[in-house]
Amino acid sequence: MVEIPSGDAGTVPSAEVEDVELYHPKSWWTKYVFSQDAKIIAVQYSVTAISIGLLALVLSWLMRLQLAFPGYFAFIDADRYYQFITMHGMIMVIYLLTALFLGGFGNYLIPLMVGARDMVFPYANMLSYWIYLLAVLILVASFFAPGGPTGAGWTLYPPQAVLSGTPGGRDWGILLMLSSLIVFIIGFTMGGLNYVVTVLQGRTRGMTLMRMPLTVWGIFTATVMALLAFPALFVACVMMLFDRLLGTSFFMPAIVEMGEQLQHGGGSPILFQHLFWFFGHPEVYIVALPAFGIVSDLISTHARKNIFGYRMMVWAIIIIGGLSFIVWAHHMYVSGMNPAFGFFFATTTLIIAIPTAIKVYNWVLTLWRGDIHLTLPMLFALAFIVTFVNGGLTGLFLGNVVVDVPLSDTMFVVAHFHMVMGVAPILVIFGAIYHWYPKVTGRMLNEALGQIHFWITFLGTYAIFFPMHYLGLLGVPRRYYELGETAFVPPSAHTLNVFITVTALVVGAAQIVFLFNLVWSLFRGREAGGNPWRATTLEWQTPQTPPAHGNWGKNLPVVYRWAYDYSVPGAAEDFIPQTEPASGVTREVVA
Amino acid sequence: MTQSLQTHSNPDLRPAGLRGVASDFASDQRAFKTASWGKAMMWIFLLSDTFVFGCFLLAYMTARMSTPVAWPNPSEVFALHIGGQDVPLILIAIMTFVLISSSGTMAMAVNFGYRRERGRTAALMLATALLGATFVGMQAFEWTKLISEGVRPWENPWGAAQFGSSFFMITGFHGTHVTIGVIFLFIVARKVWRGDFDEARRGFFTSRKGHYEAVEIMGLYWHFVDLVWVFIFAFFYLW
Repeated sequence: MVEIPSGDAGTVPSAEVEDVELYHPKSWWTKYVFSQDAKIIAVQYSVTAISIGLLALVLSWLMRLQLAFPGYFAFIDADRYYQFITMHGMIMVIYLLTALFLGGFGNYLIPLMVGARDMVFPYANMLSYWIYLLAVLILVASFFAPGGPTGAGWTLYPPQAVLSGTPGGRDWGILLMLSSLIVFIIGFTMGGLNYVVTVLQGRTRGMTLMRMPLTVWGIFTATVMALLAFPALFVACVMMLFDRLLGTSFFMPAIVEMGEQLQHGGGSPILFQHLFWFFGHPEVYIVALPAFGIVSDLISTHARKNIFGYRMMVWAIIIIGGLSFIVWAHHMYVSGMNPAFGFFFATTTLIIAIPTAIKVYNWVLTLWRGDIHLTLPMLFALAFIVTFVNGGLTGLFLGNVVVDVPLSDTMFVVAHFHMVMGVAPILVIFGAIYHWYPKVTGRMLNEALGQIHFWITFLGTYAIFFPMHYLGLLGVPRRYYELGETAFVPPSAHTLNVFITVTALVVGAAQIVFLFNLVWSLFRGREAGGNPWRATTLEWQTPQTPPAHGNWGKNLPVVYRWAYDYSVPGAAEDFIPQTEPASGVTREVVA
Repeated sequence: MTQSLQTHSNPDLRPAGLRGVASDFASDQRAFKTASWGKAMMWIFLLSDTFVFGCFLLAYMTARMSTPVAWPNPSEVFALHIGGQDVPLILIAIMTFVLISSSGTMAMAVNFGYRRERGRTAALMLATALLGATFVGMQAFEWTKLISEGVRPWENPWGAAQFGSSFFMITGFHGTHVTIGVIFLFIVARKVWRGDFDEARRGFFTSRKGHYEAVEIMGLYWHFVDLVWVFIFAFFYLW
């Protein structure tokens, strides 16, 4: 027990950082459209990402319809099916999850949570959004291009991605896909540099790195990773564009297409896989780490308890981020690479389970004997933990070479990655929207509609993806247009497919409830006030709600404590905002 | 948490060793105490760009090692026929010399920038830009020569097709970096010459006040492009 001296203003050093020079918008256009305000940019990012995400949702419906009722829908032919599958995957991973977590939540929360007026370079931040929008438009354009979008699978493996047997391979599809990715990476870099520098160099007085909320830690680490991982995808895209446009042979071995010897030769398809997964695996954690961070804050706030093991949580995030750069080839056990690599990559893969498990234990220990409020954000956070543990455990199966080989390219893999990096982060996104919507709009989302949305989504996604593990163990392959008659797949598997599809349709339709709630509450929602969740972090202490241009009024906030002073014994309230000076309350030392 | 409060007020309580490094890095407001926002942003961008060039070079090395056809001999391919004999790598040697010299003039420009000697800074930046443009010009000459000898991205007369592919891709990407650098050198030199940084004139796009630090940030980029060239030179021409 340590006596914290009262009125200890001397512990907060004088300002080292000059205040941001804000651009003050002069017209409606520069205020709401070409805005340099991170909060507006965040909303623009989020709306764009969710819109394109809805397209991906519809594509998944079409895929499921084909799997459950093969041949029933004439317009879903094999080519279309592969196009749907490819665009669904690509949109969800890059254009929805990455953009929404980093561009959406990153832009909104980083400046507010570290006590800055805005990102450090608002102009580059604005460009980032518009370039992202351009990338999305190029992606959407491929649906209208001759031959349609690419059907190469979201991994775009060459040589098939640029050959005529694959939809879009010899048409516009693959060109537009690669161009869109290149544009996305350029746009993301502009935003990503902003997020990183704002966290490192633009914090307010008293905000040390170890007082930052875990949300900021998660987004920050994920952004650093993205800045180092996207270059590999960029290079792979450039090289494949050259293979397709100029006839180079980076990834193209000597190959016969439709009985015709192609001019290619001597290239290495495995090289593409290495480049792709050097990006692709960190990408999993680029999506997961912001979710980890956000969920920590949701749990702590709604269980009215400080996060258990804050320091360990921070180090776990950093260690996961570092390790994720040396596990990429566990996606390539069956690619024909040197088998000795498999041993190394299996080992590193399983080591990642340690920091991840620490995080899960700490979430559970935060909940333990907490004052749990089953609010909507809390429900989604709890659902995340369950789903993430489930998906993580199957990850241990797939990380082992001998177990992975028979399970590779089966529905088991589909079930695994949808659980761990599809459903789990999206549950966090929902939780986060229910949590921060009152700050963004000043109104609460409707509770009843939210409950309907939660239960259908949570139970529904389980009903969709849990049976897929079983299908995978039966040997049902992924990415097959139709199964046909197979000796090893019993007829009951088809019944299960119908069940999954019907559930998927229902869960997808339930998102309409959510969208309706978003719009309805904007006008009719209950007034939220400045701090409806009674939370400690800075974004809830803004003078106005929604926060005005410049966030903080005349003076920047000063931070005196960490972000998790909930239920401090002896304190008047069950939370103490970070801006509250030390008061002489006696408590345990956390450091 | 109290501990970290006290570390600020009492230097004797600062943890030693690695813990000290971590707590210094995590300390108040900024992780890098002397770096401005612009400089920090450029450093992090360069880190990201390092990964881009690293991937390009690794991909090239993989292609070179895995292709079944023999790789053309760079000493012969990049030789110039001068005075009746082939001089290996002579053009590349001159190009490298020019680019490294431009780093020298850039460093001097940064120095004079911090002394606020407007004229000299602008002149040295212009010299840097001209050296950079010379480099790109010689690269264009090199490309023209190879193309006239039949080197294409998809084939060449001497061996593995990946030679032309990697050559045009990597030198092209680096040349693009140099070209962008030259353009920005001209822009910043003009700002210096006009006195934008002396009167803290606001930028046209960003509406932020200009500082002489822009010269140094420009310098960081330029030295990086120069450093990358050294690696390309070593791995592509000397290997």
